[in-house]
Amino acid sequence: MRRFIERHPLRSLAILVAVAVLLWLILAPWPAGLVAAFGRKKIFLNALFNGITLGGLYFLVASGFTLIFGLMRNVNLAHGSLYLLGGYVGYEITEWTGSWMFSFVVAFAAVAIFGIILQVTIFRWMEGQDLRQTLVTIGISIVMADVMLWIWGGDFYQILPPDWLVGAVETPLISTISRRTGEPIYLKYPMVRLVIFAAAVVIGVVMWWLLNRTRIGMTIRAGVDDRDMLAASGIRIQLVFVAVFAFGAGLAGLAGVVGGTFQSLAPGEDIRFLLASLVVVIVGGMGSITGAALGALLIGLAEQFGSVYMPTYAVVGTFLIMVVVLAFRPQGLLGRK
Amino acid sequence: MAASGHGFGGGGESTALLPEWLRRIHPATWLLAVFLLFLPAFANDFIQLQVFGWAFVLGMIALSLMFLAGYGGMVSLVQMTVAGCAGYMYAIFGHSAFMEISLGWPWWATIPVALIVAVVFGTISGALAVRTEGIYTIMITLAIASAFFYFTRQNYTIFNGFSGFNAVKPPALFGVDWKQATPFYYLSLFFATASYLAVLYVSRSSFGLALQGVRDNARRMEALGFNVTAHRIAAYSFAAVIAGVAGILLTWLNGQISPGTAGVGPVIDILIIAVVGGLRHPVGPFIGALIYVVLRTFALDALVAVGLPAERFQLLIGLGFLLIVLFSPDGVLGLWARWRARLRLRRSEPY
Repeated sequence: MRRFIERHPLRSLAILVAVAVLLWLILAPWPAGLVAAFGRKKIFLNALFNGITLGGLYFLVASGFTLIFGLMRNVNLAHGSLYLLGGYVGYEITEWTGSWMFSFVVAFAAVAIFGIILQVTIFRWMEGQDLRQTLVTIGISIVMADVMLWIWGGDFYQILPPDWLVGAVETPLISTISRRTGEPIYLKYPMVRLVIFAAAVVIGVVMWWLLNRTRIGMTIRAGVDDRDMLAASGIRIQLVFVAVFAFGAGLAGLAGVVGGTFQSLAPGEDIRFLLASLVVVIVGGMGSITGAALGALLIGLAEQFGSVYMPTYAVVGTFLIMVVVLAFRPQGLLGRK
Repeated sequence: MAASGHGFGGGGESTALLPEWLRRIHPATWLLAVFLLFLPAFANDFIQLQVFGWAFVLGMIALSLMFLAGYGGMVSLVQMTVAGCAGYMYAIFGHSAFMEISLGWPWWATIPVALIVAVVFGTISGALAVRTEGIYTIMITLAIASAFFYFTRQNYTIFNGFSGFNAVKPPALFGVDWKQATPFYYLSLFFATASYLAVLYVSRSSFGLALQGVRDNARRMEALGFNVTAHRIAAYSFAAVIAGVAGILLTWLNGQISPGTAGVGPVIDILIIAVVGGLRHPVGPFIGALIYVVLRTFALDALVAVGLPAERFQLLIGLGFLLIVLFSPDGVLGLWARWRARLRLRRSEPY
């Protein structure tokens, strides 16, 4: 920290000012001039919160994608389909048992098993053939999309969270000062989004801990760097591959339930989330979990702020971010060359 | 992958009456040419327009992908978008039902401008894409394609948003209505043949050979003094010309252009067509396109006949694609080559 400040005094000053301005924007009640120029503070805070929580959802989807890519060089373009499958499974389980929490477990397990089947029966046999694997995943995603359309139809599904998560919670952030009484009005925010975001953070931290502090994580990181050497040193690498693929697919399934609660499930969501995870990992850096977190946060915020302050081109904006990152840092923000 | 195809190259008995370059053409090519030239004599309008017209146009777009992937080693998913861009430009600068936006320029100005814009777009996309390699290229081009799709869907001032432009007509050149089945059939046949020959020619030119060298070993080519990046970007520009021409034809064939024309689905379809046909030789994309169009046109009846609901067309396409990729990475051309090799092996075995 201190060395960074000593080395880049100007850059640290800029970061410090930006953080201070952001904190002020979040904490202080806005003066009338700012409201006139920028809209009400409530809108800003909502966009900020929505962006961060959406980033959490994107992180869940993209981290599995980037993990699988990092270890196996397999660009799994069926990842969005795994997400949608998880969502539908979660919906059925919630409808059937009435337990929202249980549906997470089942969705994770079901999609993870599906991932294991894919890895063992298909991808294992075409290791090292990047293009062929990618083409196969495209084929799988087309087939899966149509089978899911066959089973669940073209309707919108929404997974209902349990009662204790419905409703809004009052945050300690001031939204406005009431003009009549002069008392501050605090921002209310949906409980379920906060809980899910917290869960995403926990999963992210656990993943980071697993990868950086445990033996299995060490094995995986070694595999990312040089899988032939790892196999030569006596690790059963196929087992590691299957485990990582299952975990990555399971995360996509889990994210499907989250997405079904946040938003809704419908045909086409698979492509939407596939594109979102692509952009997230390209921005963040392929194969990097921290990069996926950063990219997810950036894209989530860009999407939400875009939809509030320039609604027409919000979707285009996220792709523009990607193009800019590619132009100046092709390996992604936190990627390695 | 072989540098260039041998399927239609050598062979054929020599007759001294014909010049050297004509003698080199395989008899099968002659048969095919005669068949295609006289097809309107025995095929109805539906076959001419909905099957062969579509197959030529989609085949050209897939050909531009095949050129990049087969000779350049760059799988670009942006080709359908380049075609869509050309179609949009034709509608915007020329005539459409939405004359508030369409500028109404004459055809001799519209077509070149549309092509130039498409080539510039393809070149810029290529310049971005060549910063990456292999599998990353697929992802970046897919992202560019989706950005274009979302942009055209949201922008109403230039691209007229969700509905796009309809009633886009080809110019009535030489007093012919090019929208009719037989004229359009010959028009698309002409451009498909021209682009096929152009790709064949370029692949054997010094530029094409250098490009294949870059594909096989970029570092060595760089050490030999070739500008690797420039070669790759130039390949994107050349592919964009073919895709652009095909895009204008596609807009005439459809009579309209909308964001869905270059959506994620069609973008992937072009990749499927090219891979199913085979990336070894420029004829592959056209074979793939013909298979795709025939499947799309007749799958409904076939599915109903088997007792499956007719909407399961995508499932059929997906499964077929999956099987081809799983069992023959080189597509139909690969199957053909393998079958011939086996035949030759059997013939050479002494009994």
